[in-house]
Amino acid sequence: MKVTNILIVGVGGQGTILASNVVSYAAMNAGLDVKKSEIHGMSQRGGSVFSHVRFGKTVSSPVIPLGEVDVLISLEEMETARWLDYLNKDSKVIILTNRIFPANVTVYPEGIVSEISAKLTNTIAIDPKKYTEKLGNEKFLNIFLLGVLSKFIQIPDDCWNKAIKSLVPEGTFDKNLEAFNAGKNY
Amino acid sequence: METLLLSGNEAIALGAYEAGVKVGVGYPGTPSTEILENLKEHKDVYTEWSVNEKVALEVGIGASLGGARTLVTMKHVGVNVAADPLFTVSYMGVKGGLVIISADDPFMHSSQNEQDNRNYAYAAKIPMLEPSDSEEARSFTKLAFELSEKYDTPVFLRPTTRVCHAYSIVNVDKNKDKRVEIDKGRFERNLKKYVMIPAYARARHFIVEDRENLIKEDANTLSINKTEYNNTDVGYITSGISYHYVKEAAPDASILKLGMVYPLPEKLIKEFCSKVKKVVIVEELEPFFETRIKAMGISVTGKNVFPITGELSPDSISNFLGKQKETPLTINSKVPPRPPALCKGCPHSFVYETLGKMNITVAGDIGCYTLGVLPPYNGIDTCVDMGGSITVAQGLELTDPSKTYAAIIGDSTFAHSGITGLVNAAYNGRKNLIIILDNGTTAMTGMQPNPFSGETIQSLPAEPVNYYHLCKAVGISDENFIEVNAYKPAEIESAIKKLLATKKLSVLLVKGLCIIYNKKKSKKQ
Ligand SMILES: Cc1ncc(C[n+]2csc(CCOP(=O)(O)OP(=O)(O)O)c2C)c(N)n1
Repeated sequence: MKVTNILIVGVGGQGTILASNVVSYAAMNAGLDVKKSEIHGMSQRGGSVFSHVRFGKTVSSPVIPLGEVDVLISLEEMETARWLDYLNKDSKVIILTNRIFPANVTVYPEGIVSEISAKLTNTIAIDPKKYTEKLGNEKFLNIFLLGVLSKFIQIPDDCWNKAIKSLVPEGTFDKNLEAFNAGKNY
Repeated sequence: METLLLSGNEAIALGAYEAGVKVGVGYPGTPSTEILENLKEHKDVYTEWSVNEKVALEVGIGASLGGARTLVTMKHVGVNVAADPLFTVSYMGVKGGLVIISADDPFMHSSQNEQDNRNYAYAAKIPMLEPSDSEEARSFTKLAFELSEKYDTPVFLRPTTRVCHAYSIVNVDKNKDKRVEIDKGRFERNLKKYVMIPAYARARHFIVEDRENLIKEDANTLSINKTEYNNTDVGYITSGISYHYVKEAAPDASILKLGMVYPLPEKLIKEFCSKVKKVVIVEELEPFFETRIKAMGISVTGKNVFPITGELSPDSISNFLGKQKETPLTINSKVPPRPPALCKGCPHSFVYETLGKMNITVAGDIGCYTLGVLPPYNGIDTCVDMGGSITVAQGLELTDPSKTYAAIIGDSTFAHSGITGLVNAAYNGRKNLIIILDNGTTAMTGMQPNPFSGETIQSLPAEPVNYYHLCKAVGISDENFIEVNAYKPAEIESAIKKLLATKKLSVLLVKGLCIIYNKKKSKKQ
């Protein structure tokens, strides 16, 4: 069984780490071996955030080798472009077209989504505005994206639900599950 | 059986707890911080954030001599601070097991250098274990306590960032994995072992040499030094996270995985090398194994193909093996970097805005406020180590006494090693301007309380050290001590001007809660 590699990237405060925890728990609930790697500390003060999640029968490295990402989930548009080395021609890319300006940057780079979509046919760009309204709060967008992800990987629904239940803040399970299901139906 | 997904740090805390640890002390530092933060959840373990790593190790030595299994945690550079007691406790040995965590940071994800602390194991003659994932982080921690007591030595555990902050599966059997209760008795007077005057220390040095030889011999059969024989064309010698990189890139290779990275099992290494055609050493940072294995007369491939700088990855091994990869995808859009930065509204930022208007050289220190070096502030001129602002500013003043040099330092850092520098400045008649940025917490490492924040690691109240009285005791006059609100830039500016005009040693205390900490606190309430 080939190891599945999910890379989740974004900017501090977007719920990148929570999302990667949910994927990891869902895979663990499905009885798979799981490893997850991220970096805490200085780089996380307003910098880029990333989390590697790998699952399968047995997983060795917690870090995904270059060119081996199966699904890249990006919670911010330009962050997507920092991880192209990890992709291959079959990789799926799910981009939330959020634009968060780095400090001291005034002009946002254009054309990232169109260039990536042109090269990788499995690219899905999602407008956060559209779904923030539907879901009631932008906080649920990360779990919504996992719903989209769930269509491409084989983890049973009850494993996802259990993972969401055990990780999201108390009292938000229903809204998060709703977001997850909305993603599944995307 | 319960299946858990734990970080390396959570697993170390679990292993220590199961090993019956009674005392856990340390000073925060990425990537080690979460170990004590997890251990503190167990009410039957005493935990504390000590003032710095030297203090933590000394408290730990006392606890060990008193019979308690003791865990001391720090990041790699923390061991520099603790190095003085470290070398001598090696001579003294232990009573309760004493395990020292040195969390190393190859690639300096959050550090000022990437020193390889395996060198401390060698230099201080202390055995060192290196886990590769969370299950090993847990089991090696337990083993470390056993070895410590068995050989009467402190034992190092050296996880690296990719182990501390990686998550992997840990299986806990509630019946089997109970906390062990070890009773080693209390402190017993033993002058020749615990009082290191030259006459007694000389005798102990012989014991240390014998101990090291014994551990080295036993390492040949130690369970965590493992061989995997597969294809024998190439045999890899590796440890820690690098082991998984090798497994990833060369799944059917023969491997000698060293769980104990010092001292090395010479017989086992020689035997392994005799069974493979070519020996490749995969280790991050220094050629530590390589140097020693070459000295055994074995020819190896190592740092001639792998870098000394930074971390390795599965790709380091694939590249070495000449594996072809697809050419990576590229796009034409240029993406600007997103470096870490002070948060919007960070109390530190107002001080930097003010300093930016003045032509003054500022010796910086280590903490969130180090980010003040980046644009738009470009606000500090040096950064060496914790506490190194106040003292470097003194040295600068010596070379140009006509100018006032400022130092900028955070509350936790001031407590860690700034106070000694302040005493030095007062004693030696310096006139630096010392700016203390008190944001109520140790922000950089994730909001740990410190001696100025009025709280212990368990969130119990503590008497905060009083800056004013401290400065007064050092000899700073009332006129040279000003406290301002971090969010009032005009007041900061006039205070700096006033203090500079005195041309005497001065302290500007800038108070304003870290905004992340503030948010967290109000959420809790
Ligand atoms: C010897 C040593 N120990 C620990 C660390 C990790 N570390 C970096 S900054 C810091 C403390 C920062 O706290 P503070 O001075 O209060 O500044 P803040 O981040 O809150 O602005 C620590 C513990 C280090 N770099 N060196």
